[in-house]
Amino acid sequence: MRETAVAPEPGDLHDLATRFGLRPAGVRPRLTDYARQVWEYRHFTTSHANAKTISTLGGTRLGQLWQVLTPLANAAVYYLIFGIVLGTRGDVGNFLAYLCTGVFVFAFTQSVVQQATQAVSGNLGLIRSLRFPRACLPLSVVLTQVKALAGAMIVLIGIIRLTGEPPRVGWLLALPALALQCVFSAGLAMVMARLGAALPDLKQVVPFITRAWMYGSGVLYATSAFDAHLPPGLAAAAHANPMLVYIELVRGALLTGVPLASPGWQLWLLAAGWALVAGVGGLVYFWHGERSYGRG
Amino acid sequence: MAETKVPTVVVDDLHVVYRVHGPGAAASPAAGLRRLVTGKPSAAIREVHAVRGVTLVAYEGEAIGIVGTNGSGKSTLLQAIAGLLPAARGQVYTRGQPSLLGINAALMPDVSGDRNAVLGCLAMGMSRADARRAVPDILAFSGINERGDFGTLPMRTYSAGMAARLRFAIASAKPHEVLLIDEALATGDARFRARSEERVRELRATAGTVILVSHQLRSIRDTCERTIWIESGRLRLDGPTDEVLAAYESFSR
Repeated sequence: MRETAVAPEPGDLHDLATRFGLRPAGVRPRLTDYARQVWEYRHFTTSHANAKTISTLGGTRLGQLWQVLTPLANAAVYYLIFGIVLGTRGDVGNFLAYLCTGVFVFAFTQSVVQQATQAVSGNLGLIRSLRFPRACLPLSVVLTQVKALAGAMIVLIGIIRLTGEPPRVGWLLALPALALQCVFSAGLAMVMARLGAALPDLKQVVPFITRAWMYGSGVLYATSAFDAHLPPGLAAAAHANPMLVYIELVRGALLTGVPLASPGWQLWLLAAGWALVAGVGGLVYFWHGERSYGRG
Repeated sequence: MAETKVPTVVVDDLHVVYRVHGPGAAASPAAGLRRLVTGKPSAAIREVHAVRGVTLVAYEGEAIGIVGTNGSGKSTLLQAIAGLLPAARGQVYTRGQPSLLGINAALMPDVSGDRNAVLGCLAMGMSRADARRAVPDILAFSGINERGDFGTLPMRTYSAGMAARLRFAIASAKPHEVLLIDEALATGDARFRARSEERVRELRATAGTVILVSHQLRSIRDTCERTIWIESGRLRLDGPTDEVLAAYESFSR
């Protein structure tokens, strides 16, 4: 019954395939090739991120306006509890702006981590029907959150102006700080995406981890509390916390007269170091699992 | 003989095992705790050995039909050839990147048809300009706009047939060296079926190989001269369509 097919001899097939230049399917590319592919697929990533934003907010009446309303509502709640009821303002003059900066900057990484956990497991349909470098999926999560961050920053600038800060050129320093934070978050997103693909239970645990992280990152209280309440070793560790570093850099850029947790040069060094470690480490870690995504 | 024909797909003793996460037999909290203590693997995760040692070679310009009863491993085989499911054992070799077009391949259900078309084109490696140019043709070929402006509605509002037509239109917007079609032609109406069979013939003419999985024996008979019959993950017959389909029909009756 094999008239149309040439009867394949086991073992010969490898030779046949290589003789005609066929390549093994589903083989992981080299890391440099992989990084290049991810770059070549950038339009796919951005259009996936756009589609995702539209589909999550598409069902609501106010639509994209929620990009701005959500951080505004968040800031109001935290200000009510921590600024007015508990009074954690410490020695910070403009506590509302101080608090909002922390909340918005932290919320960016928090949402990235939460959604990236399901970047692979929630897109199995796409993964099983289309061939593209899978790192596009966690990166698309980062892009959707960059949009939300832009909305939050507009709100933040409004709050800062309303609380009496004059506009300064120094505000622009927030941009490189946020850019480094994006790289850091992208690395984290790729790590979480691979972990979440292997461990479906992770998405139940992540909200608790990120919340604990937020309480430890000087978002809701003045960072002088670290040195006042922690033993020196722990306080030093608290100052190296990447989220604290990014929040403090943005605070330093946007607010005047705010006591920072560490000297500026140390913050910039830590910010760049964390971005490098997480960005490269995340890509390598995710790339290593490239073949396993889609198995279930 | 082998020297005159150029192979595009070589499948060498392929085994595919995939994991299914689902509601297991023991889903109660107590059972979950017991699993945690005893360290036994979750009953909710089961392994399915869907393809068990399939070997085949497909050549340039061939259209191959794959038949088999439900759950025989046809779709899994296609996914493995497309490099979407990793092989547990054995190896698949392909020329270029095969493109799989499946009936249950969800694009993004909450996103409109035209945006899905752009997304699909970009995922197939087109540039943004090419993708934009291709979308009107895709929508026209799929015919989803024949009854009003459905292209801008979310895909979840489409009927099964409309969604399948759009997916086929997207995948066939670009010449592929190897095109894998999973049941896609079966759901369209008669007019679309004729149009898509025409498109399959065009794709074959541009030196591609088409592998078609279908329960519609008529559409296999019309498009494929070679057919493979798979049963329980094993290759049962491989030969001219008439002979294989005759054997398959007498088996499934």
